[in-house]
Amino acid sequence: MPIFSYIAIPASGAKKALCMDLNSLAHCEVIVSDNKDVVVLVTDTPDNDTEDKLQKSLNNLQSLQSLSLAFGYDDNEKQGRD
Amino acid sequence: MKLNRRKFLKYAAASSAIATAGALFPGASFGSWQNLSNNSGLISWQKAPCRFCGTGCGVLVGVSDGRAVAVKGDPNCSVNKGLCCMKGYHSVQMLYGKDRITTAKVRKNGEMVEVPIQEALDLVAEKLKETKDKHGKDSVAIYGSGQWTIPDGYVASKLFKGCLGTNNVEANARLCMASAVTGFMTSFGIDEPMGCYEDMDNANVFITWGNNMAEMHPVLFSRMLANRKRRTNVTIIDFATRSTRTSQAADKSILFRPQTDLAVANAICYEIIKNDWVDWNFVNEHVSFHKGKTNIGYGTEDHFAFKDKAESINFAEYKTFLEDYTPEKVEKLSGVPAKDIKYMAALYGDPDLKVTSFWCMGMNQHTRGTWINNLVYNIHLLVGKISTPGNSPFSLTGQPSACGTVREVGTLTHKLPHGVVMKEDHRKMAAEIWDVPVENIDPKPTYHTVEMFRALDRGDIKFIWIQVTNPMVTMPNLTRYRNGALKDDRFVVVSDVYPTPTTDVADVILPAALWVEQEGMFGNSERRTQHFAQIVDPPGEAMSDTWQIIEVARRLGFEKQFPWSEDDYIGGIWEEYRKFHAGPKHEMASYKILKERSGVQWPFVNGKETRWRFNAKYDPACTNGKDFDFYGKKDHKAWIWARPYEPAAESPDSEYNFWLNTGRVIEHWHTGSLTRRIPVLHNAVPSSYVELHPEDAADLGVVNGEMVKIISRRGEMTMPAQIKGRGVPPRGMVFVPFFDESYLINEVTLDAFCPISKQPDYKKCAVRLEKA
Repeated sequence: MPIFSYIAIPASGAKKALCMDLNSLAHCEVIVSDNKDVVVLVTDTPDNDTEDKLQKSLNNLQSLQSLSLAFGYDDNEKQGRD
Repeated sequence: MKLNRRKFLKYAAASSAIATAGALFPGASFGSWQNLSNNSGLISWQKAPCRFCGTGCGVLVGVSDGRAVAVKGDPNCSVNKGLCCMKGYHSVQMLYGKDRITTAKVRKNGEMVEVPIQEALDLVAEKLKETKDKHGKDSVAIYGSGQWTIPDGYVASKLFKGCLGTNNVEANARLCMASAVTGFMTSFGIDEPMGCYEDMDNANVFITWGNNMAEMHPVLFSRMLANRKRRTNVTIIDFATRSTRTSQAADKSILFRPQTDLAVANAICYEIIKNDWVDWNFVNEHVSFHKGKTNIGYGTEDHFAFKDKAESINFAEYKTFLEDYTPEKVEKLSGVPAKDIKYMAALYGDPDLKVTSFWCMGMNQHTRGTWINNLVYNIHLLVGKISTPGNSPFSLTGQPSACGTVREVGTLTHKLPHGVVMKEDHRKMAAEIWDVPVENIDPKPTYHTVEMFRALDRGDIKFIWIQVTNPMVTMPNLTRYRNGALKDDRFVVVSDVYPTPTTDVADVILPAALWVEQEGMFGNSERRTQHFAQIVDPPGEAMSDTWQIIEVARRLGFEKQFPWSEDDYIGGIWEEYRKFHAGPKHEMASYKILKERSGVQWPFVNGKETRWRFNAKYDPACTNGKDFDFYGKKDHKAWIWARPYEPAAESPDSEYNFWLNTGRVIEHWHTGSLTRRIPVLHNAVPSSYVELHPEDAADLGVVNGEMVKIISRRGEMTMPAQIKGRGVPPRGMVFVPFFDESYLINEVTLDAFCPISKQPDYKKCAVRLEKA
């Protein structure tokens, strides 16, 4: 059950379109900057399969110029050494 | 704020990304992010629609230590793009007035006594059941508001129409929007504007029809002025009965005599046809012509009934009808110079100009309100200036959810959330969604608002529950209705947030949650539904109006119909309600999407909002294969109506020689029960007044601030004069704002209404003046 957050940079002039595109995807929450061309994306998926599908959808967005990971957490990741 | 582990992790993820973005983009602001509230002085911001007018500005409410402390415009909301008016900026202060009602009260031996709210709700349920059993289902009623949230209105309709079986459901939007609804229904067969606020960014000409937008819709007016400043070819015409701040800002102010807007609109159509400015391709393809009954009355008598009958006519007959309305003839009636009528007609008729008409109470509070709505549509239809960006006949609303709750949920006697009680298929749909026997829903409407309060006075209604509105200030011919409510065997329940003249007549007062003290949705003037979360706790035992109704419904045995939990009832109600609007003509966004966005316009089809209805380029409900489809009517055409000029219900004569016009000021909203608790607004305009023309004031021998007695056939009111203030009426007219309960001007007004919409006319009655 991974939770990630990203800095999303829209393609030129496509901030509004990017927000629409991200909002239309399941498991995504979007926080838009009031005054800069930058969007924060928080994803919360129930399992790795869904996470993989979401990653593919994000990669295919024309309105998205780049996506940088800021925070990551996964319940399935074991903490420390075995 | 309750947080589970996962929610906390998401907060951590969001705050980490926001901090990173701040490093990459210095000064980056994320106003829409809800930060964690704590004791550190940090302010968290959360979206909501403004609580006041029908514009639907998006605001961000700042909260610190559980208290709303600030408001800023929501830059993500396309309505206002970060701007607010003075009422919006100060709105959170309305939550914290010192006389806020926080506990329930019940009248015992003539005195109001505080009781636990559960005890008060027991009594409400008991009296409701007892009255219904003893006097029949139509002896009980609920009267709500365009300030009801959508869930408030929905559960009220479900309980009264679906479970109790009475159509005694009305809302104060009858007093402000009913003529707009019947205008839409008769011209287009479907309610609410075809355009949107983006029309303002595209139009070249704006004509305000009896609409003081500068004070009533200031954010939209600013957008219009900004558009004029930004572009070179924008003209604003104010067409009104008195000079206002809108007139001052307009490029041209044209004054007409009260009620003669009907004649002027017809004269504009006459000129358009005479000069062959008709868009024949549009008219031949998309318009049909009709006439209705004439000499239709004014509804001043109890049990008044009227039903219009449409007859088809052809274009030649319509043209002949207009021959009574040459500009020269209409000049004599209206006082508008023929050249000004021709000027307005030329603006509408110029194919190179995009024209938007705005109106609100001036056209709706009118004994021929449906007709004047039809007539302005006629103008736009003749020249084909409709349903395209910038070409828009645009009816504005005065309350935050007059559209969302009253018009869309259908909290009027004849309405259901989809359709009307008179139609069997609409009743069946409601019964199925509500899980009640279809026989429960009565096919006959009962009382519209004026007649509902007449029925209370007569004793036909004995129990009334009033929520989120203040009829003991707003009803016209008020004295009769206040006396009726006070009669011995009437039982009046009032849910409100502050003491008002309406709580003064109550037998039970229920403390209500206000605005962001509860979760809900509003629907604004441009078909935009706006969700707001509960951001702060309500005070004391205050409870949302929705939950009050659910509590009473369950006490009456309707647990099955009201199954929701107090933790998540709004989402459940919304998803049930939106089933009524499934389909491309009115599809609503899901609860999830509403929560995420700063408003969503319907029809919301395949993830896309519809900006311009009836235009095949934008509207997925268009199916006729043509460029426009007016699918509300069976003939898929918009209807032009031959509607004549008829005089007002009461005009000045030798005994009562002045017009009385009533309305609002920018600082106060409606009856002032909220804005008068906001110190900066109250101090700006602490009391009401009567505006006089300077020459009338001189004739009367009064100067600014001296007292004037206003006398009508119904009552009298003595109040201070205002001369050369923000508004100046023409000679022979006075204007009084109605926000001040110390001066109940509606004791003077007349309860005449439009026979089709049943909306009263607050703009015209006859009075005489005396120096007090």
